[in-house]
Amino acid sequence: MATDKNLFKGFSRRDILKGLAGIPVVGAVWAAGYNSTKKNKLEREYLLEKLNIKATPPPASGPMSGEPLRIGLIGFGIRGEQLMRSLGFATNEWLEEMAKSSAENPNDNRLADFKAQENLNVKLTAICDIFDVRAEKALRSFNAAGNTCKRYGSYLELINSGEVDAIIIATPDHWHAPMAKAAVEAGVHVYVEKPMTHTIQETYELRDSVRKNPGVVFAVGHQHRQTQSFLTAMDAIGKNTLGHVSLIMTTTNRNDDNGAWQYEIHPEASTSTIDWNAFLGTAPQIPFNAEHFFRWRKWWAYGSGLSGDLLTHDYDRINCILKMGIPKYITASGGIYTHRDGRNVPDVMHINMDFPEYSTGGSQAEGKEKGMTLVYSATLGNQFDRGTVLMGHDGTMELGNTLKIYADPRSTKYKDLIQEGRIDPKVPIYQYDPSANGVDAVTSATAKYFADKGLLWTYRDGKRVDSTFLHIREWLSCIRNGGDPSCGINEGFDEAITAHMGGLAYKIGRRIEWDAANEKIIALPGEDLDAILLDNSVGMAIVNA
Amino acid sequence: MIQPTRFSTWQTFGLVLMRLLIGWHFLYEGVTKLYSPSWTAKGYLMSATYMQSFFQWMAGDSMISIIDTLNIGALMVVGVCLIIGFKTRFASVIGIGLLLFYFLAHPPFPGFPQGVTEGSYWMINKNLIEAAALLVVFLFPTSTSFGLERLFAKKEIQSSTT
Repeated sequence: MATDKNLFKGFSRRDILKGLAGIPVVGAVWAAGYNSTKKNKLEREYLLEKLNIKATPPPASGPMSGEPLRIGLIGFGIRGEQLMRSLGFATNEWLEEMAKSSAENPNDNRLADFKAQENLNVKLTAICDIFDVRAEKALRSFNAAGNTCKRYGSYLELINSGEVDAIIIATPDHWHAPMAKAAVEAGVHVYVEKPMTHTIQETYELRDSVRKNPGVVFAVGHQHRQTQSFLTAMDAIGKNTLGHVSLIMTTTNRNDDNGAWQYEIHPEASTSTIDWNAFLGTAPQIPFNAEHFFRWRKWWAYGSGLSGDLLTHDYDRINCILKMGIPKYITASGGIYTHRDGRNVPDVMHINMDFPEYSTGGSQAEGKEKGMTLVYSATLGNQFDRGTVLMGHDGTMELGNTLKIYADPRSTKYKDLIQEGRIDPKVPIYQYDPSANGVDAVTSATAKYFADKGLLWTYRDGKRVDSTFLHIREWLSCIRNGGDPSCGINEGFDEAITAHMGGLAYKIGRRIEWDAANEKIIALPGEDLDAILLDNSVGMAIVNA
Repeated sequence: MIQPTRFSTWQTFGLVLMRLLIGWHFLYEGVTKLYSPSWTAKGYLMSATYMQSFFQWMAGDSMISIIDTLNIGALMVVGVCLIIGFKTRFASVIGIGLLLFYFLAHPPFPGFPQGVTEGSYWMINKNLIEAAALLVVFLFPTSTSFGLERLFAKKEIQSSTT
């Protein structure tokens, strides 16, 4: 074979070909990999620039410096204990349990998270719980480390003791407004759990009280307002990413005893350990009933069922993003289908809230798009995660602790980009996961449900933070540094009225209408809406059957 | 080094083809990860279904960036070596090591969660088959027939004979 004349002296052409043929293959594969990733990246950047959605956290609340604020707690039940931990006070029992749990499961960071929580510079000076066992548990744990906590026999004694600057109310629903009103009128700051009120009348009265006492900082416990993905969603909606949103679906999906309010009944519950009359208040006067005391959410007399307990979360989440206010019309259906255990609030509830004049903005001819329906669909008999979906002409948003936006295949706004193949309607055009670098140890199905709704925790700078902590901190900052809480009396008013309209629609079976000009729920002549809302006989037929 | 076995032309062709295809696969995986700055093995490691503590240690904050860099580097080195036919035995060993890691993190053993796969597997999956193919590449080197080492091998023979 002829010898090559060039560099590779002594090698045949065949040798050189076979020796170096791999090199162009390397070049080709490398170039292909480079080009495809580069192209994808440019497309992503192009889309992100076009959408221009900003994932920004809310401004941090102000400093916690100065004299410690003196806090009083009314109601040291399940929620009361959670709120106290967010405030920086955990019971000895909880600390022991968490220490054991984190020893068994290294992914369980609840104790470490609690210990790392910022000190809010408060003193827990007063507690009121009408069940001795709970009150004593609080006193045992909170009279330590320089904190002096005193028990008060009634909420009025606590409010007027002169020992508290602010109170947290975590009682059954029928006590929210009377206690909040008494505190506001005594000049004591208030953080009240949702729903803000139990009746329509209370909602107006509480709003009047708060308006007449502008020095009092009033907050409603919708802690998801601190969730970062919702603030990002707000930015996306503001930039008209979805076009005109005509339908929103929100859901509650639970299938366990805890989720159905079948809480544990304490073995020491009796008339000698519980101040039963203080529990009843204005509720129907019935003999002592431990189940009513511990599982009060199951009766209209003390709780508000799905519409007050859980719709309020979903409604306020959407109201936080869209600020659409109280719906013009509400219709509802449902019943007690899974838990026929003597309760009279429904365990399946489907509520349609109509906003005929509302628009998030559109992309089509002016006047073509207007009006929106918000659906709240709840079951306590199945926990398939249906999520929350905002459906616009141009796009769909899946909203949870993470956020995904898909372009609609028939969108006007994205028509060209879809035709050019730059947007695939099956692939999210925007995706936001603040926990991208974190893995959470979620303990139960109900905990997961709450986490997805932004109710357990959210993220700041990629770090997991308890959203109740942020919400309480915001309230304390408003007390110390001024400003308005994100969920104040006006947001609470919207939430409470909507919940009550939902309850009424379910009970009456009629479309309930809101008269926005006069701020009134429209009643038929002679109809007492509050009496209907509180009516405890609805659903009782099932028990007797 | 094992004396190169004499293969028929078609046998050599088959072995070279297998080496090239595996190299191609490794290199492309490495290059796409190299140019995707947000890529990380964290999710794959954190969701490991076997030897979890070891893989989760790899996915830890202090380790993950080293692991990611090593993975990309190793994928590309193995790919380039197999394609150009240089140090293919060394590349095969590294490649087998990588594939066994991928295999062990999510093995298709009965009773283990399988997640999303494009096929059905029992005990054996494509990672393990590719590792076995690399074992063949290791045992039957072809880089002196097709690859950079052909030039070195020839030179050695020439220098020793002259």
